[in-house]
Amino acid sequence: MSRRSLLLALIVLLLVWQLLAIIVHRPILPAPWEVLKAFFLALPGELGKHLLSSFWRVLASITLGIVAAAPLGIAIGQSASLSRLLSPLIYLLYPIPKVVFVPVAILFLGLGDLAKILIIFLIIFFQILVLVRDQAAALRPELILSVRSLGAGRRALFRFVYLPATLPAIFTAIRQSTGTAIAVLYVAELFATKYGLGYYIYITGSTLFDYPAMYAGILAMSLLGLGLYFGVDWLERKLCPWLFVHSH
Amino acid sequence: MSGETFVEVKGIDFSYPHQPPLFEGFSWGIRRGEAWAVIGPSGCGKTTLLYLLAGLLKPQRGEILIAGNPLRRPRPETALILQDYGLLPWDTVRGNVALGLRIRAFYGPDGLHAPRTPLPGKPEALVDFWLQRLGLQDVADRYPSQISGGQKQRTAIARALVLRPDLLLMDEPFSSLDAPTREDLEDLTLDLQAEAGLTTVVVTHSIEEAVFLGRKILFLGRPPHTEAIVIEGTKPDRSHPDYLKTCSLLRDMLNAVRRG
Repeated sequence: MSRRSLLLALIVLLLVWQLLAIIVHRPILPAPWEVLKAFFLALPGELGKHLLSSFWRVLASITLGIVAAAPLGIAIGQSASLSRLLSPLIYLLYPIPKVVFVPVAILFLGLGDLAKILIIFLIIFFQILVLVRDQAAALRPELILSVRSLGAGRRALFRFVYLPATLPAIFTAIRQSTGTAIAVLYVAELFATKYGLGYYIYITGSTLFDYPAMYAGILAMSLLGLGLYFGVDWLERKLCPWLFVHSH
Repeated sequence: MSGETFVEVKGIDFSYPHQPPLFEGFSWGIRRGEAWAVIGPSGCGKTTLLYLLAGLLKPQRGEILIAGNPLRRPRPETALILQDYGLLPWDTVRGNVALGLRIRAFYGPDGLHAPRTPLPGKPEALVDFWLQRLGLQDVADRYPSQISGGQKQRTAIARALVLRPDLLLMDEPFSSLDAPTREDLEDLTLDLQAEAGLTTVVVTHSIEEAVFLGRKILFLGRPPHTEAIVIEGTKPDRSHPDYLKTCSLLRDMLNAVRRG
């Protein structure tokens, strides 16, 4: 995807929005320029704080998710017996929509960051676990044998084979779960909290009736998702250059 | 040094779980500097024998001695080259050639994963030397998916030889290559073997390759194998009458096994 086509899509989107705002002609759908004004006015103040706390929660969840799920996924992927033991459990837990645990997490962990991070973590954890496991299991035995014959034991195999081999799976997993993670973050932040974009959108919209501010919050949340998506793409290009070369 | 028994297979039994035995009380000896080929029909256990020599599989009974030491795990001085899929797809040709050196640096000279005495010379210089020797300098920064099959096997050979092995094991190394590339690499293998005085064992199902690369040929028929059937090879000359005679002898033996 080129920068030009992205820019073009953005312009079309803004035009459609503007058109809709003119047709609807009510305060609940302000024009884009009004929202952008509200966004840039609020960003250095309150909105910025809300955005940062949401960003921090997502980032913490992703980091914890990678640290916990990648090694476990690699371990399950390379051991048939471990896979027999744990895969049925993963099979049962993976499809559960983690958002249903929001009230449970808040009951157990309180209203702070911990409950929200835990829920996002669960979403990302299972996605990474499943993709990394499958990637590790799909490695050719010939590759493992030939690296072992160069002297690699368990630790060197992890470092030189399993880690680089599963890196693309980690990126794919984060990309796939970003959308869900942000959506669930919104829900989690609706519950009594001081900072967070979910809370900001809810308060400005249904208590203060400040619609441009509400849309500024929605814009911030979209940018958060978009930023994560682009960030992952950028990191993947940096860390997995072999995925982007032309084959023989 | 030549003359002493370097690899000694002493009365080994081996079978995979729930499978009929492949080796029963099998013994075999390789002297230092010898070039062996192992030939047999598919499923006869020739790759298994190579993995046993590499220390990647363990016999259920008996033992394998290399340089007088019982083999319990892959030895740092043994190199293994497989037919396919042995290269890291996410690393360049240069990175793949350096892999063994990086693994050694990762563990340090512990005598277990790496020899106690490190190789003389800088790793970068060693890698450059072998890239040059195998004609890979122009593709050094490409990934395996970007090079030809012949270049891939050259990379695998460079990766093995950069570690200065004393025993080189090859499993069908050239069978997925076209004929000119295959003969080219077979010639290269003989050159490298002569240069380094390497002990080599090449497993193949190709009669011509076995006779060309093996000054001695181990014939594996129908398992279980209880004794080593050894055929004396000839000079590596593809048009010599002796070469052709040995080829037709092997062909008859393989056909006899096939007919049961």
